[in-house]
Amino acid sequence: MAESKANPGLLLDIRNLRIEATVFPPGEPPKNIVLVHDVSLTLQKGKVLGLIGESGAGKSTIGLSSMGYGRGGVRITGGEVILNGRDILKGGKDGFRKLRGREVCYVAQSAAAAFNPAHKLMDQVVEATLLHGTATRAEAEKRAVALFKKLSLPNPETIGERFPHQVSGGQLQRVMTAMALCSEPDLIVFDEPTTALDVTTQIDVLAAIKDAIRDTHVAALYITHDLAVVAQVSDEIMVLRHGRLVEWGGTRQIIKEPRQEYTNALVSVHEIEHAEQKPGTTPFLSVKNVTAAYGRSHIKVLKNVSVDIYPGQTLAVVGESGSGKSTLARAITGLLPPEEGTVTFDGRPLANRLADRPKEDLRQLQMIYQMADVAMNPRQTVGTIIGRPLEFYFGIRGRERDKRVAELLDKIEMGKGFSDRYPAELSGGQKQRVCIARSLAAKPKLIICDEVTSALDPLVAHGILKLLLELQKEETVAYLFITHDLATVKSIADSIAVMYRGEVVRYGPKSKVLSPPFDDYTDLLLSSVPEMEIGWLEKAIKGRRMASAGN
Amino acid sequence: MSSPILKLIAQRVALGIVLLLAVSVLIFAGTQILPGDVAQAILGQSATPESLANLREQLGLNDPAYIRYFRWLGGVLTGDLGTAMSSGQDIATSIKDRLWNTLFLAFWAAIVAVPLAIILGLIAVRYRNGWVDKLISGLALASTSFPEFFIGYVLVYFFAVKWQIFPGISTVYDGMPFGERMQAIALPATALTLVVLAHMMRMTRAAILNVMQSAYVETAELKGLSAFNVIRRHAFPNAIAPIINVVMLNLAYLIVGVVVVEVIFVYPGMGQYLVDHVTKRDVPVVQAVGLIFAAVYISLNIIADIGAIVANPRLRHPK
Repeated sequence: MAESKANPGLLLDIRNLRIEATVFPPGEPPKNIVLVHDVSLTLQKGKVLGLIGESGAGKSTIGLSSMGYGRGGVRITGGEVILNGRDILKGGKDGFRKLRGREVCYVAQSAAAAFNPAHKLMDQVVEATLLHGTATRAEAEKRAVALFKKLSLPNPETIGERFPHQVSGGQLQRVMTAMALCSEPDLIVFDEPTTALDVTTQIDVLAAIKDAIRDTHVAALYITHDLAVVAQVSDEIMVLRHGRLVEWGGTRQIIKEPRQEYTNALVSVHEIEHAEQKPGTTPFLSVKNVTAAYGRSHIKVLKNVSVDIYPGQTLAVVGESGSGKSTLARAITGLLPPEEGTVTFDGRPLANRLADRPKEDLRQLQMIYQMADVAMNPRQTVGTIIGRPLEFYFGIRGRERDKRVAELLDKIEMGKGFSDRYPAELSGGQKQRVCIARSLAAKPKLIICDEVTSALDPLVAHGILKLLLELQKEETVAYLFITHDLATVKSIADSIAVMYRGEVVRYGPKSKVLSPPFDDYTDLLLSSVPEMEIGWLEKAIKGRRMASAGN
Repeated sequence: MSSPILKLIAQRVALGIVLLLAVSVLIFAGTQILPGDVAQAILGQSATPESLANLREQLGLNDPAYIRYFRWLGGVLTGDLGTAMSSGQDIATSIKDRLWNTLFLAFWAAIVAVPLAIILGLIAVRYRNGWVDKLISGLALASTSFPEFFIGYVLVYFFAVKWQIFPGISTVYDGMPFGERMQAIALPATALTLVVLAHMMRMTRAAILNVMQSAYVETAELKGLSAFNVIRRHAFPNAIAPIINVVMLNLAYLIVGVVVVEVIFVYPGMGQYLVDHVTKRDVPVVQAVGLIFAAVYISLNIIADIGAIVANPRLRHPK
């Protein structure tokens, strides 16, 4: 109480917060680990604090502690969380229930999963308001419709009658923001609210959230791993790593004059110098006029797509989700036989269907996936996983195989000791490296990389991209690099194909594709990539020529 | 209701009919394989080769099997289940009363067992891994593990013999007042409830626990809903499909699996009727009862499928 008198604008004051969890490592006794080490923060009413860091930094854990909530077996074991002048940790379960959904609301990363599929949106949006009795149903619904309007949702009067599966991901994220605002809380915890969205949708949602925060004077904890995003909405930024505070300061200071080395690494993470290689004379793989659809559907997922890939070079395919990027990869590998068009390899056409291709053709085309952990058999060791293509394609066995596996592990900058480990014992970045080694083991001419860095933290992704570039030089392997992240494209591509609704709308060498004049879609895509610049969001929204698909 | 749902439901119903026809073939074939035939059974000891031949001719037993099958099936479809050999009575008439008795017993057992199982399941989830959960699971499992006849006799021993609250023999007759009828079925209904309770309770618990991992359950918790409301409003509606399935399976058991309980309490239902006529080798009755049991089983499973389809909001409200 004394604090709130001393500082009437203070909303949240977290002091020496310590959060622990019990982990159960296989084959070992359960042990306690500390997730958050004595972190303190303060938040003034109506201000936005950005919490940033890679996964495992404790951002979400700290954010949820403001609601007295711990995911799984997570326990708050020390410190104070003072909200509106009282320590909520002393309030017990009933105290938590009274403040959740009333004083503090939560916006989750994936609204698609966070809405109950069985209930209409309106019922879910007004639920907390009705539960806490702060308004009648009619008032709450009126408030919700006004919020839908403010967040520029289509058909604000009727969208509440819909079920979650009837609304797009970007719209759901905005409905979730409306849900959090509906009970007029003092604080909203935004937990990576735009991470799961396409870059062109992200910018709209971000702008909608920013406007809503400004107009309702609600305070917010904005959690993300993307510094450029958080720079657009926050007044202050707190950088966390391994559950400890790294740096805390004003937004401008953090992005312009970071004081800590780690912050600096986060700020400059995207910059890889990669000189573009000029396309050679003959491509080894050409996709000509390929059209494809799933099942007997009339909706063509690929429409008349043609691209060429040159030996030892990288073709990046960019576009938002549903644009047909991954389908192109499936058509090339034969997983989805094209309805029309051909794929030629070394001057001869490849069989349409995977089953009709000889082993040699299979060997030449390898794939790496976004989710490294589900792309590996959890019951096989790293050595077995990497050794499998050696046995399958080359018949290399025994000591010879072990030697090759060791060489491959060396190439991906992992030691020999990893050969006996299981995938579960590796970090996300290490898993992706093992997948890279497995594809290299087949000595292919082309590796198709499907969003291989999307699930990784920026710094780890950076390391993977550098590794891929080095390996390309050593092995002269070509990449078909599928991604929605333009920063990645800039650092790795030699040529680029921009896809939109199943068509290639722009295609050519990197320098040409990325320089004006742009077509409308490429312009939208490029202008939607957040830049580490205060005021970028407003400029970008104003300068757009075309509305994004989710709007 | 929209067209994809109607299409799915029509498919399920059509599949059920095909399945039922297949079962009728199996039942017919099965009874044909049994040694001896109807003529022999009717004449018994007094059979002479001539009288046997005559009776076979008379009953059409010399026709090829498929003709006899279609004759039987045609009869069944028009409500004629044939005549019982042992008593000479029309099977359809005698089954009508008994089927009604069985349904009456099953209905009251279900009225108690289904809500009780679901509520106990919800409570077990609310206090999961605590002593309440363990107590509920333990008692339910114990009651299921005891054989039905054991539970039946224990109930009879205490309620009928020792305390004399309910009759030990569940005699019912036409025109019996409702109150007396309920008193008569109290013990068999209790025995049935105890038998099916645990299965439904455990499945409800498992289905809801599965949903409790979802992100939307976390959303509900972060709205400040009480633990029980989170389960009731947010977890339960999404766990309905598997729960309907197990409930329907148990309802089917209440109708077709009550043989032992009916025999213990001498209750004039389908089960007892079946057992009586199996011992008498009364093939037409066994066929008729078998077919009715199959029809009940298949229809309840179709209802479960349809319930699961209708419970899915994605199917109910397409994009």
